[in-house]
Amino acid sequence: MQKNTKKEALKAAFPVTIPVLTGYIFLGMGYGVLMSSIGYGLRWTVFMSLLIFAGSIQYISIALLTSAFNPLYTLLLTLMVNARHLFYGISMLERYKGAGRLKPYLVFGLTDETFSLLSAVEPPEGISRKWFQFFVTMLNHVYWVAGSALGNIIGSMISFNTKGLDFVLTALFVVIFIDQWRSTKNHIPALVGVGGSLLCLLIFGQENFMIPAMVLILVLLTALRKRIDREVRS
Amino acid sequence: MTLTPTQTLITVAVLVLGTVITRAMPFFLFPPNRETPAFVMYLGRVLPYAVMGLLVVFCLKGVTVTAAPYGLPELIAILCILVLHLWKNNILLSIGGGTIIYMLLVQHFFI
Repeated sequence: MQKNTKKEALKAAFPVTIPVLTGYIFLGMGYGVLMSSIGYGLRWTVFMSLLIFAGSIQYISIALLTSAFNPLYTLLLTLMVNARHLFYGISMLERYKGAGRLKPYLVFGLTDETFSLLSAVEPPEGISRKWFQFFVTMLNHVYWVAGSALGNIIGSMISFNTKGLDFVLTALFVVIFIDQWRSTKNHIPALVGVGGSLLCLLIFGQENFMIPAMVLILVLLTALRKRIDREVRS
Repeated sequence: MTLTPTQTLITVAVLVLGTVITRAMPFFLFPPNRETPAFVMYLGRVLPYAVMGLLVVFCLKGVTVTAAPYGLPELIAILCILVLHLWKNNILLSIGGGTIIYMLLVQHFFI
């Protein structure tokens, strides 16, 4: 009975994850190739994709791994780049309530893509919700690791000019930005994000603008709360 | 490799730690038996939009607009992504197409 529950949940989860399958294989491969281009082999690549499982910070870590060793900066940068996960967590508080012992893994694997699936898709009638959530998360994790491994193997066999390949991360964020823009009529938060960041970039320069930008965004969103809430309602 | 294996291992550990903190924090701060403050719910609604804007700027922070190539490769690639995405609405095509165009531009046209 227990085994059947899991099998049914896996069967229901797989089709839902197909868009992420293609996306993660591609993004993972880009990451694997870049890791190979800076001298990190299959073991490091798989190790990092398995344990970190966060696309954007893993791409950014390419730059960290090729500059001077600085764990504190790494931690601050990770917290800032992944700060959006705080808000995924807040949105998933209700949905993950009944997950029991699967919850730690669900929380660990709450990537942008997993969030985009699990915040929008409910398991079909009669399917265990927690096992459905577990398998969606696990399949995405498998795709990410497999893509990274594949990219790293290809990168170690064929040498090609990877200049500009890191633009894949910019492209990903631009695409998510467009999708988010189209999903809402209220563009103030998006404009605050772009405008506040650009302003801080001009004032503080590219090495130091991230923390002031986060603070400015929080201040502006707090100040504009009434206006944003009103626009959402009307 | 710039870093020693030990330094790499520490860097990986910090990356894992930072990621786990951001993902797990809400579940510790707002346990299921207590109501989440309205302000936090508000931030949960609006911050994803703002943070994506921040991340786009973060990715483009190194672009110089005052000297050649004046940020043109980035601008062209982003416009291509925009057109591809509004036209075909296929995430993989938009990301793949935009990246390939950018790679062609910086490897062959704006060297």
